[in-house]
Amino acid sequence: MRALKFLLRKEFIQIFRNKLILRAILVVPVVQLIVLPLAVNYEMRNINLSVVDLDRSEYSRRLINKITSTGYFRLTDFSESYQKALNVVEQDKADIIITIPQGFEHELVRENKSKIMIEANAISGQTAGLAVAYSNSIIRDFNNDIRLEWIQQPRMNAQPVIEIVSSNWFNPKMNYKYFFVPGILALLVTIVGFLLASLNIVKEKEAGTIEQLNVTPIKKHQFILGKLIPFWILGLVILSIGFVVSYIVYGIIPVGGYLLIYLFAAIYLIALLGFGLLTSTFAETQQQAMFISYFCMMIFILLGGLFAPIENMPDWAQALTYINPVSYFIEVMRMIVLKGSGFFDLLKHFGIIVLFAISFNALAIWNYKKTT
Amino acid sequence: MSAVEIKNIVKKYSTKKTSVTAVDNISFTAERGELFGLIGPDGAGKSTIFRILTTLLLPDSGSAALLDYDIIKDWKEIRNIVGYMPGRFSLYKDLTVEENLEFFATVFNTTIKENYELIEEIYKQLEPFKNRRAGKLSGGMKQKLALCCALIHKPKILFLDEPTTGVDPVSRKEFWEILKRLKTRGISILVSTPYMDEAKLCDRIALIQKGKILEINPPKNIISKFERNLFAVHSPEMFKLLMDLRSYSKTETCFAFGENHHLVVNDSSISAVDVKKYLESAGHPKATVSNIEPTIEDCFMHLMSK
Repeated sequence: MRALKFLLRKEFIQIFRNKLILRAILVVPVVQLIVLPLAVNYEMRNINLSVVDLDRSEYSRRLINKITSTGYFRLTDFSESYQKALNVVEQDKADIIITIPQGFEHELVRENKSKIMIEANAISGQTAGLAVAYSNSIIRDFNNDIRLEWIQQPRMNAQPVIEIVSSNWFNPKMNYKYFFVPGILALLVTIVGFLLASLNIVKEKEAGTIEQLNVTPIKKHQFILGKLIPFWILGLVILSIGFVVSYIVYGIIPVGGYLLIYLFAAIYLIALLGFGLLTSTFAETQQQAMFISYFCMMIFILLGGLFAPIENMPDWAQALTYINPVSYFIEVMRMIVLKGSGFFDLLKHFGIIVLFAISFNALAIWNYKKTT
Repeated sequence: MSAVEIKNIVKKYSTKKTSVTAVDNISFTAERGELFGLIGPDGAGKSTIFRILTTLLLPDSGSAALLDYDIIKDWKEIRNIVGYMPGRFSLYKDLTVEENLEFFATVFNTTIKENYELIEEIYKQLEPFKNRRAGKLSGGMKQKLALCCALIHKPKILFLDEPTTGVDPVSRKEFWEILKRLKTRGISILVSTPYMDEAKLCDRIALIQKGKILEINPPKNIISKFERNLFAVHSPEMFKLLMDLRSYSKTETCFAFGENHHLVVNDSSISAVDVKKYLESAGHPKATVSNIEPTIEDCFMHLMSK
């Protein structure tokens, strides 16, 4: 026990003495938590629009006005031919072309129907998709407008119409920050905990101090606990700092309370640190450890459900997320912060993360014994 | 009961393509209270032997015991009785001198106070820097701190792997004096070094080359067993001299040794005058030849070329 106490003391002295790392641990998460949610905006604004109006009529002008007045589009080009508009797209000055054919108004009035062509630059798939969706709904609106002008609506609809009114549960204003900030926080805890733990053990290998320790009567489990506990505490400290920041900056208070989050995070960190330990048993140098961690983190984070919804992934990728501890943490964070889920709602998640914690640590200790 | 007893230890390092035998069937015994030296060039297998004896590595075959504790079976006990100072400085560079010492004392379940008298003499020199980080110490100071850390639990056997490599001559001398004094306290010491001049400071030495022991003896005996005439030869044209000496019919071995060449002849009747005569005929009118006493290095070079 005395040895473990000293191992911990030593570890904390080293952490607090490394000023750069200490600052990085404490300041960087705060900055990221403030900057990232503000920068990453899932709404599209200022889509560059090129219009080819071959009709130049009252209606075409009204349509263009309607599109540009929404604020989603910015009219950057008004070409007289389709070819010229295409050039503008090629120069990357426009994201979408709306072509209004000659006789648009004529056909609309005479034949009650007309055509418009929308083309989006799909180099950025997300922009293209949103641009088309936005313009579709605007044009539908426009369509309704002119129908209203032309037809005297009967008292009752001739055909039954189902009106759809939607409401967003748990995040009524669809404030994406509420959903993004808990996710970012989960990532920060993950990165700091995992990276620091794996690098720290490899550092002992690099400096040769692990050999010096190996010839002492110190026990393996003391050494491992001495490594895991400091980063476990550090992870929880970062989580706390993160919650303070998200309360002050975004006014986020977990609906489901802090206790459950901390309980889950505590187990999650054990799993994560076990994984870090496992990494460190493979690596001989900090550079190797950095690389392994980096690639694992990449996969964990991109398949974690923060940037792309897991439901949108192909089946095989969804299967991968089942063995991704990060995706569980992000999900739990959202469930507790936004929805206020209770312990029994999260029973499955708790079970799985406990399993992760046991298996990662068991693997790490097994491999640690094998290699030394 | 000997301090160290090694029998037929073999250790191979193998990669996919090649396999290097670092320790090739080595056996030796070091007595209690002995200062035993492993002398050999880089890559001779000295560190591997140390790592096996300190339970950091498992041998491929063979057995070894420290004070009758088997290195494989009784590794737990062994870790309590040995002090190990690796060749590379491996203390915590970001901890201070005092913190390092305190840490290793605690890890061995003891305190600095308890065994202070053992390290007092060395630690006194470190005391002015006790709040300095270990990484910022000079080379000699680092070695002294490492020695303190290896001694803090009062080990019965001390393993020092190239303790003086990269240390200035004055500190080296000091270091060896410390070792001598430690020996008087009954600590058995196993030390390795690539410096031949340090060999004569040991009670007994084992000359090692490519994982094999060439000879084990007290330094004096190794020198007296040399039994050959040795000459130091000098001339303005040293390279041509070496070539000419090597083609001399009486030459057994000839190596460059600092500013002279050391020549071993295969016939004890050959004198310095004979060699000089030969050299004059070979075009070295200014050559000087003198009879000298062999050093450990001469013995080592001689044994190596056998």
